[in-house]
Amino acid sequence: MYSYSNFDADFVRSRVEEFKGQVARRLDGSLTEDEFKPLRLMNGLYLQLHAYMLRVAIPYGTLNGAQMHQLAYIADTWDKGYGHFTTRQNIQFNWPKLQDVPAILDALADVSMHAIQTSGNCIRNVTADHFAGAAADEIEDPRPTAELIRQWSTDHPEFAYLPRKFKVAVTGAPHDRAVTKAHDIGLRMVRNDAGEPGYEVVIGGGLGRTPMVGKVVRDFLPRADLLAYLEAILQVYNLSGRRDNKYKARIKILVHETGLEELKAKIEAVFARNQTLLEPVDAGIVARIAADFAEPTWVRKPVVDLPTDVGFRAWFDTNTAAHKNPDYAIVTVSTKAIGATPGDVTSAQMRVLADLGEQYSHDELRISHEQNVILPHVHKSDLPAVYASLKAAGLGTSNIGLISDIIACPGMDYCALATARSIPVAQEISNAFEDLAVQHDIGELKIKISGCINACGHHHVGHIGILGLDKAGVESYQITLGGDGTETTTIGERAGPGFAYDEIVPAVERLVEAYLGLREDETETFLAAYRRVGMAPFKSALYPEVVANAA
Amino acid sequence: MARAFEPQVATANHLLDGDVVYFTEHGDWTRHLTEAVVAETPDQAETLLGAASLFPQDVVGVYLANVQVIDGKPEPSHFREIFRTRGPSNYHHGKQAEA
Ligand code: SF4
Repeated sequence: MYSYSNFDADFVRSRVEEFKGQVARRLDGSLTEDEFKPLRLMNGLYLQLHAYMLRVAIPYGTLNGAQMHQLAYIADTWDKGYGHFTTRQNIQFNWPKLQDVPAILDALADVSMHAIQTSGNCIRNVTADHFAGAAADEIEDPRPTAELIRQWSTDHPEFAYLPRKFKVAVTGAPHDRAVTKAHDIGLRMVRNDAGEPGYEVVIGGGLGRTPMVGKVVRDFLPRADLLAYLEAILQVYNLSGRRDNKYKARIKILVHETGLEELKAKIEAVFARNQTLLEPVDAGIVARIAADFAEPTWVRKPVVDLPTDVGFRAWFDTNTAAHKNPDYAIVTVSTKAIGATPGDVTSAQMRVLADLGEQYSHDELRISHEQNVILPHVHKSDLPAVYASLKAAGLGTSNIGLISDIIACPGMDYCALATARSIPVAQEISNAFEDLAVQHDIGELKIKISGCINACGHHHVGHIGILGLDKAGVESYQITLGGDGTETTTIGERAGPGFAYDEIVPAVERLVEAYLGLREDETETFLAAYRRVGMAPFKSALYPEVVANAA
Repeated sequence: MARAFEPQVATANHLLDGDVVYFTEHGDWTRHLTEAVVAETPDQAETLLGAASLFPQDVVGVYLANVQVIDGKPEPSHFREIFRTRGPSNYHHGKQAEA
């Protein structure tokens, strides 16, 4: 994986030193909160409901064993012994003390990590397919592209004060696991008819208050033109994006208000100029980045017969995916044991994961936007040992893609912006469907929960989406159905009036009941059934009293 | 008709650890809502906010929160404020762990 150059390392250290001084000046009173706040946010430090929160970037969700060990060390030394993986492939620490943050940043820098550009109106942590470099269906590893974009965008002087935050996601596979169409820019690696590599460029996707599916602005962008083209998009956005209204400042609104064709013409014009002005990307840099993501040297050993016991089989079926090397498998480790907080991992579990990554996965781990941890390269013969260790650490739940594999944002248990809680709703749904056999029978079902309209929990693209709101001083949960975050991205449809906190889990149970009653057979997933029958039967399951009154 | 005034307390987060704090009648900050001074009228509330805003080096984000006074003690009205007196619901962390 990518290793920091001296330049990167010096840059990160000097930022830590700077921040150390800023914290000291805040503590001795020479900086006011108004002066300090933008500085701390630039270093990923938020003030939340009960404490500070430090958001650490995990570029394109990739980290190694040493980095995971260090996260465990940080959790134990300066936090409460755990961390929270987010839908942006970041990790958040929920209880750091202000005076300790410089030491935490130093500890991160020791393993080439930082918290820069995890906040503010800049280009944020670039996300990528969490199966990058491993997936059987992949055309190409998206991470060299993501890394190139990271280097280009980090501290880019022109894009430090964009109208609003800006998120880029990259996938190298036709099956979109990175929700690229819900990003400001989504890049899909493709090949043209001549077999040359390039990108399909999608812009203007996003969730939040005004959810929109991104639109293709370029079918095929030759690879060498990537930065000149991105620069053109950002320049057009920087100049024309709205700054008068925070809620209308994302590029999706610009696309919507200007119209794709007109915006495309503008972008192409700036791009044409950029091509004459900008130096092409140094081939040496590109080659060096590519070398950092070279395939590991695969272990050649015979694949033994895998155990046939029910526990292992169930885990193998749900938690592993096809690897491009048929002797290998991709393991998705569920952070969602029954009743657990989605995305939370204890320091002890981090150490187990770090060790497993080092021993069995070519020293690579990934964080998925679905808040799980991936061991991308596990030789099939090692799967029984990996499963045994995971199980012993409380990480062996066989529920990937099932109803208890829920995305939940921190919500009002932590987040200062929240309008309702999301974590306990996820926990209660998980408890209500605790029987894994029942979950397997229900099949693929993605529930995604956000604690406010900002939609960090991706509720719009959940098969069942849940949005927590404050309705006249009471928590109220709005359900959307039929959302989809893959290559067939769809924004879910609102089902009707919201449900109170103690009504939301029974409502979900009724939805599942209705689905089981109407599906054609076990192969028809919840989403497929919804697409076939539409909202009506689910609506009557959700609001039986309305149906009764109408009768 | 003007909405009836609800009693209020001044609250903020502590500068060092971010913990929820309340302004007291002694002009300092406490971590316990029960020790907060309560403003019973709009004028008192304004004075309270003014007094509580004089500590920019100790606390962050001062605002007034509605409370109900029950048996002489303030209790939070809104669920957000209830959570702020307790801590998160998924772990026994925050104030509830220190009580
Ligand atoms: S969706 Fe809202 S409540 Fe949830 S993490 Fe994002 S901002 Fe906070």
